[in-house]
Amino acid sequence: MSTRLSRGGRLIDRAKPLSFTFNGRRMQGYAGDTLASALLGQDRMMIGRSFKYHRPRGVIASGAEEPNGLVGLGTGGRFEPNQRLTTTELFEGAVTVSQNHWPSLDFDIGALNDRFARFLPAGFYYKTFMFPRFAWKHLFEPVIRRSAGLGRVPADRDEDRYEHAYAFADLVIVGGGIAGLAAALAAGRQGKRVWLIEQGAHWGGRAPVDGIQIDGQTAEAWMKTAVQDLEAMANVTLRLRTMAAGLYDHGYLLGYERLADHSPGDGRPRHRLWRIRAGHVMTATGAIERPLSFAGNDIPGVMLASAVRDYVVNWAVSPGDRTVIVTNNDDAYRTALALLDAGLTVPAVIDARAEVTGDLPAAVRARGVRVLAGHGIAKVTGEKRVTGVSLCVQAGEGAEIESLACDAVAMSGGWSPVVHLWSHCGGKLIWDEGAAMFRPDPSRPATGADGAAMVTAIGSANGILDPHEALADAHRAAGGKGRAPGAAAEAEAPILPVWIMPAAAGPALRAKMWLDPQNDVKVSDVQLAAREGYESVEHTKRYTTLGMATDQGKISNINGLAVLSEALHKPIPETGTTTFRPPYTPISMGAIAGEARGEIFQPLRRSPMHDWHDGHGAHWEPVGLWRRPYCYRRGGEAVLEAVHREIRSVRTAVGLLDASTLGKILVKGPDAGRLLDMLYTGVMSSLPVGKCRYGLMCSENGFLIDDGVVARLSEDSWLCHTTTGGAERIHGWMEDWLQCEWWDWKVHTANLTEQFAQIAVAGPNARKLLEKLGGMDLSREAFPFMEWRDGTLGGFAARLYRISFSGELSYEVAVPASQGRALWDALLAAGGEFGVTPYGTEAMHIMRAEKGFIMIGDETDGTVIPQDLNLGWAISKKKADYLGKRAQERSHMVDPGRWKLVGLETLDGGVIPDGAYAVAEGVNANGQRNVQGRVTSTYFSPTLGRGIAMGLVRHGPDRLGEVIDFPLVGGGAVKARIVDPVFYDKEGGRQNV
Amino acid sequence: MSDPVRALSGVSDKGFATVAMAGPRGMITLRGDLASAAVKKAVKAATGTAVPARRRILAEGARAAAWMSPDELLILVPFETAAATVAALQAALAGAHHLVADVSDARATFTIRGAGAEQVLMKLCPVDVATLAEGEIRRSRAAQAACAFWRSAEDEFTLVAFRSLADYVMAILDNAARPGSALFPA
Repeated sequence: MSTRLSRGGRLIDRAKPLSFTFNGRRMQGYAGDTLASALLGQDRMMIGRSFKYHRPRGVIASGAEEPNGLVGLGTGGRFEPNQRLTTTELFEGAVTVSQNHWPSLDFDIGALNDRFARFLPAGFYYKTFMFPRFAWKHLFEPVIRRSAGLGRVPADRDEDRYEHAYAFADLVIVGGGIAGLAAALAAGRQGKRVWLIEQGAHWGGRAPVDGIQIDGQTAEAWMKTAVQDLEAMANVTLRLRTMAAGLYDHGYLLGYERLADHSPGDGRPRHRLWRIRAGHVMTATGAIERPLSFAGNDIPGVMLASAVRDYVVNWAVSPGDRTVIVTNNDDAYRTALALLDAGLTVPAVIDARAEVTGDLPAAVRARGVRVLAGHGIAKVTGEKRVTGVSLCVQAGEGAEIESLACDAVAMSGGWSPVVHLWSHCGGKLIWDEGAAMFRPDPSRPATGADGAAMVTAIGSANGILDPHEALADAHRAAGGKGRAPGAAAEAEAPILPVWIMPAAAGPALRAKMWLDPQNDVKVSDVQLAAREGYESVEHTKRYTTLGMATDQGKISNINGLAVLSEALHKPIPETGTTTFRPPYTPISMGAIAGEARGEIFQPLRRSPMHDWHDGHGAHWEPVGLWRRPYCYRRGGEAVLEAVHREIRSVRTAVGLLDASTLGKILVKGPDAGRLLDMLYTGVMSSLPVGKCRYGLMCSENGFLIDDGVVARLSEDSWLCHTTTGGAERIHGWMEDWLQCEWWDWKVHTANLTEQFAQIAVAGPNARKLLEKLGGMDLSREAFPFMEWRDGTLGGFAARLYRISFSGELSYEVAVPASQGRALWDALLAAGGEFGVTPYGTEAMHIMRAEKGFIMIGDETDGTVIPQDLNLGWAISKKKADYLGKRAQERSHMVDPGRWKLVGLETLDGGVIPDGAYAVAEGVNANGQRNVQGRVTSTYFSPTLGRGIAMGLVRHGPDRLGEVIDFPLVGGGAVKARIVDPVFYDKEGGRQNV
Repeated sequence: MSDPVRALSGVSDKGFATVAMAGPRGMITLRGDLASAAVKKAVKAATGTAVPARRRILAEGARAAAWMSPDELLILVPFETAAATVAALQAALAGAHHLVADVSDARATFTIRGAGAEQVLMKLCPVDVATLAEGEIRRSRAAQAACAFWRSAEDEFTLVAFRSLADYVMAILDNAARPGSALFPA
């Protein structure tokens, strides 16, 4: 059984016990524990079940590579699934639940899958789900829905907060082990801006556990001094609990800082995403130990040798009284020594190498431990925990020659440098035959914009496992002056690559050798994939699910591709690795979102009168990032009732519309008229000063992109009104043409949208209302339709435009934005006697439809040209060119069969559903009913007391009076007569009074 | 609940830096040939400063000229004098190809003050704030809003954004300065 030792534990503070629960059971650990060490310290060996076969799973590793130790952590708004036990610091009151089992961890129905494992081979899902089609809906999907995925999705809103932060550095060193510290010292002393980030909560990496001596001191003591020295350097920033999640082009590094995972609810942001621009990146990310593939290597209690050492030394946790060690290298003997030093028993070290001669094995032998050279583990016995191992000859087929009782197995298959960041941006790897590892190829690094290396790997991340050499490498790479720190460690004899144990194992054993314990991929699965023709490692990954999900195969990938290589009879480098993609380990969605949630999820643009609207029943409509009142509800009024009331008020009295959001772009210069003649389909250069003209803008492809009224302000300046959503886009469009194409034209533009509050005063009483404010001659004679005037209106410096989108007598009054609210209030106060009524966008939309005015975004959708909308009158025939002119001459654009704008009047007075299509006779090549038109705008008109619509219909204008059908969803059809699109006041008498 | 509280008063001083919505300020967009004698003279008359170099802001008391783009300056004057300054600039530049427009009402101005001011901007703007020189102005974005900012005093930045986004900008500044979230806790 695993237990807490009475002495030792360099990271725990026994004076600070912490309590937590696992599946509702109260447990205890110490400050400094991880959840994994705390659980193991309480003999919790089995902590979950595997994904596919629901096999019992225990902790294998002690760091980010852990595939099994995943739990749901927290409650309510702080619940999160798949939290890694080995990298989650214990805190008081932590609530953990195991995953992937039903009904309970100890008794699980899904474990039946294990009994039928031979019916669930690699590619099972692919093979099964090919056919029949109906089975998807009724059989596969319901079953998969219940069994797919690890953990439970949080049900509550996340209680924590998150943020982003930007940083810039000459050099970012990733990994705070001895190589990272040495590089930071060397670079920091040169005055460079250095960031040193470490994913864990402690500096020093593995060195303190491995008993390394540096410059005559323990690694621990050296590391403490190094950190103190670095903290004293103003140019060096040190961050613990900060993982480099990904490296992207141009030295863009994402750092994931876990500020408050170990102190939830303390008011700090939980996570912070650092967006760092690094001049250069050094990866001192260390190496990850590989498991060995022997039968039963997934049983709880089988752990990586380095992890066993970590648990003993760092947290004083014994994985068992008797731990058998199985290895193919010398490093694992350090685990034997650590166990012996802790007073535990090592029944034997099983070494696959035929001869074992190194210093470390000698030291272990000297302590009286059996070392069995040339041997392997035939199989592990036990179900929910290890009870023993049977031994065999490594070269053979696995005939048992001896069995040993034990509580744990510490395995070491060698080390793989952590090359993820090195590879994210295209750094290449080479296969080091002697060390049996992929290591960064220094001649093929990821390169920056200057073609030089953007990343340098140092220390064991660079494949240099010897600490003395690793320190020298780090010091040199960072341009260190003088002598590098020197380390002393036992010399190690060469590793023997071992991919299957024993080497000639038969099918029965191979089917119990786990490569990927999280996803239940075994040696036999990869071999099957190879037999079925999967030669690419990427395909094999997807076929078998090797290396997928939360751990992304950190311990399994190399073993898997080695097995694949053997099966394909190809050398390992030819098989290659799968692609290393960010993030290194999963990062929270909250960190990605940063501050963007709740009220500041997205900017909300407010007009100067926004607060008034908000206080007067505004029913909001989002328009771009603005909110505009759709209507103002009074009392218990329904939305549509309010809209109709507002329309009746405008048509019979006077209404106010907040039009501040419409774009207002000043265009000025000797060539301004020339520019506008190119941008608009009509002629703007000939517009007299003081007058307004409606204009259409098209893209180069001829399609309508915006419209609005243009006012000529002076000899060389025009003010262009755009749609609300178009202001920034059209300003950018103008600057694009001016800067990139017509750079020699003398024109300046300025987007003045936000400078002005603009209020439409529309209705038969509009003039009376404005005259009451006084100060300007607003008579028909002095101020005709489609003109503008500057003046002082009721004390406000204002510009008035006599334009109308409602069809009524209408003025738009513009004042500086800071005066907008005061003007609005003044108009409301003065308008009482005239029945003044604020109206919203829907009333505006319906009134313009009654008048047959088009709306960008309703009548247009990016495929409509002005000619489709019968707007030929707004297109100049005289101009040599305008944007879109040539496109509008293309054959399809002049096709008489194009759908054209008409009005639609329902026979029964009802309203055609939005987006409805008009059907024609027959079916098309796909067997679908032919169509001959569609609705673009459809409303109930309170003015006319009936449904009205506009639509695009094939040959529409030639078919006035014809009745066409608009089928309804769910059967039936609305019949509508094709009519003129101007439903109301066709002569325009009402606006021109 | 972690939703940021909107700063109703226009001042937020609970965090590790003080954020405040500043009062109205006269702002004028001037576009033209920045190298021309006419523009130099007009700017001098309007602000008392020379035409600023690329990414620079030059101040003279309450007036300043800030570089916005190769052919655009932002002229800063007291709010009450904006209209007169616009008229003076237009008169001075008559005959030269130029554009002068009052944008005082189109903007909102904020100050971020205190030892942690830099850290507030580090959370919102992709800018190397630490190396932002005295007299340097940076057009950037604050989270999702366009902005420009400069060091206006010791431990103080002035940030300009669009008027319609004033509440949003105040909210993100306030949120970034919240207690317990300093990037480099003292």
